[in-house]
Amino acid sequence: MSVMEPAPAAVSQSGHDYFATLARWKIWEILFWAALAGCYFVPEMDRMLMSRVIIWGLFAMSLDILLGYRGIPSLGHAVFFGTGAYVAGFCGKYGWSEPISALFFAMAVAAALGWLTGKLVQRVAGVGLLMVTLGLNLILFDFVLRSTDLTGGDDGLQGIVIAPVLNMFRFDIYGRTAFWYALVVSFILFIATRILVNSPFGLALIGARENPRRMITLGAPVEGDVSRAFMIAAAIAGAAGALLTQTTQTVAPPTLSFQRSADVLVILIIGGAGRLYGGFIGAIVFILLQDYLSSISPVYWYFWIGLLLVVIVSFFRKGLLPSLDALLQRFIKRKPDAPS
Amino acid sequence: MSGIILETRHMRMAFGGLVIFEGIDFALRRGERHAIIGPNGAGKTTFVNLVTGLLKPISGTIWLDGQDVTRQSPQQRVKSGLVRTFQINSLFKALNPLESVLLALLERDGRGRIAWQKVAAEKQQIDEAMALLARFGLAGDAYTLTDSLAYGKQRLLEIVLALALKPKVLLLDEPAAGLSTQQGHEVFSQLANLPGDTAILFIEHDMNLVFQYADIVSVFAAGSMVLQDSPENVRKSPRVREVYLGA
Repeated sequence: MSVMEPAPAAVSQSGHDYFATLARWKIWEILFWAALAGCYFVPEMDRMLMSRVIIWGLFAMSLDILLGYRGIPSLGHAVFFGTGAYVAGFCGKYGWSEPISALFFAMAVAAALGWLTGKLVQRVAGVGLLMVTLGLNLILFDFVLRSTDLTGGDDGLQGIVIAPVLNMFRFDIYGRTAFWYALVVSFILFIATRILVNSPFGLALIGARENPRRMITLGAPVEGDVSRAFMIAAAIAGAAGALLTQTTQTVAPPTLSFQRSADVLVILIIGGAGRLYGGFIGAIVFILLQDYLSSISPVYWYFWIGLLLVVIVSFFRKGLLPSLDALLQRFIKRKPDAPS
Repeated sequence: MSGIILETRHMRMAFGGLVIFEGIDFALRRGERHAIIGPNGAGKTTFVNLVTGLLKPISGTIWLDGQDVTRQSPQQRVKSGLVRTFQINSLFKALNPLESVLLALLERDGRGRIAWQKVAAEKQQIDEAMALLARFGLAGDAYTLTDSLAYGKQRLLEIVLALALKPKVLLLDEPAAGLSTQQGHEVFSQLANLPGDTAILFIEHDMNLVFQYADIVSVFAAGSMVLQDSPENVRKSPRVREVYLGA
C-alpha cells in the first residue's frame, strides 16, 4: 500500500478519460438512428407501422429508467402512457389542436401523476411494488372505461383534431408526418435520457439499484430519488402516449390496459434492460413480429410472443442486446490471439 | 460539555420482548479514538445501528455535536458528519471502486441530483476519488468491478467510502474483520493519519489493534456498558476477563 501519496497525474487523467469514454457516442449508436431514419426511404415501407415501433421503443425506454437503472419493476407503466394519450386526446377534442404544446402538456400531467405514484411506492419494494403499480393500473383502466360521458368508454374519444406540426406538416394516411414527428420527438427525448443516465443523478440511481442501504449511509435521498425517477419515466411514457394519439388521431382504453403494461415489460425484457437501447430493439422485434404474426393468424399471435419470451429469457437471460454485446466483446478479445 | 461530539442518554432498545439495551449512557469526545469490545450478542452492532438511525430507539435521546438527532433520518445524520462502515461489506457490486467513491463524493458535495450534465464534468471529485483510491493502494483496481475484487480490497473500499464523506465521527464496525494482521495494521495506521479532530468509534475483536490504536475502551456485555477505561486498565481488569470467559 502506498501511503499518503497523491494520485499521479496520469492516474487522475485515466479517471477523466474513463467517464468521458462512457458517455461518448459510439459508432453503432449513430448507425442505429441513421438506419431508423433511413426506413422512411425504403420503398413499400409501412410508415405508420414504423412510427408505432418508434413510439413503443420510446415507451419501453421510459420503463428502462425505472427497471434497468433504478431496479424498480412496474406492472402499471401503461398508466402514464395512457394518461399522456388521453390528455393529448382531450386537447385535440376540445380545440387545443397544436400538437407540440399539447405534447408538453400531456408530459406535464403524466409527470405529476408519476411523482405522486413515486411518493406512494417509495417505501415499497419487490412484489409489493408490482402489486401497487398493477393496482393503480386497474383503477385507472376501470375509471376510463366507466366514465363514458368523459372518455367515450369502450369506443374511445371521438372527434380528435390535430393541427399540422409547425403549421406545415399535416398528418396524412401514409404516415409521412407521423413517422418524422415520432422519430424526432423520440430522438430528442432519447438524448435527454442519455444525458440523464450518464449524469451524477444517473449514477445515484444505479447506486440505489445496487445497494439502497449503502446509498442511505452515504447521505443520498434514496426515497426522493424514487419519486424523481418515476416522474421522469412517467413524463417520457406520457410523451409516447401523446405521440400515439396525435399520429393516429384516436385513443381508446387499450392504451392504458394492463395488457399494455405487460407488453412494454416484455419488450424491454426482450431487448435487454439497463442499456437504453433495449427498449427500441425490443420494440422492433415485438411490434414487427406482432404485425407479421397477426396478419397470418389474428387470434393466435400471442402464442408466438409467449414462445419468444420463454426462449429469450431462457437462452439470452438479460435480453437480446446484452447477449449480442457479450458475443461482440468475445469476438474482439479473440481477434488479437488469432493464429498468425 | 463542548468536548463531546456524540452522546446517548438513557437509550433503550428492544426487539419484541428481547431487551437489548436497558438504557445506555455513552459519550464520545471530539478527536477520540474509542474502541468498543465485548462478546457476541453484547449489542455492539445494534448500538451503531441506533446511533446512525438505521434503527429507532424505544426511548432515550441521541446527541450529535450538541443537537438532538434522535428523530433525524440516517441521511440527515450523515450530512451532520456521522458516518459508518458495515461489519459485512455493503458495496455496489456492479460498479467499480472509482464509481463507488465518486458516488460518495458527489453526495457529500450535494451534486448527486445533477441530471443535465455528464459525470465526466465533475473533474474535482474525480481527482479526489482517484487520490483517495491511490492512498489506500486501490488505484490499480479503480476500473475492476467491485464484485470481482479480492476480499481485502473490498474491505478497504468499504472504509474509503466512509472516509470520502470527510466525517466528524467515524463509526467502524469491525473494520479489520477478515483482513490479515498486516492489512489490519495498515488500515489502522491510515486511520491514525486522519485529522486530529475526527472522532473514531470502532468495534473490534482483535485486541492487539484495540490496545495499540484506542485511547479509551468501552466494554459492552449483555446490553450494558460494564466498563469504560484506558486500554491498560481494561487489559488488567478482572471484570473484562469475566465477561469474555464467563464467571
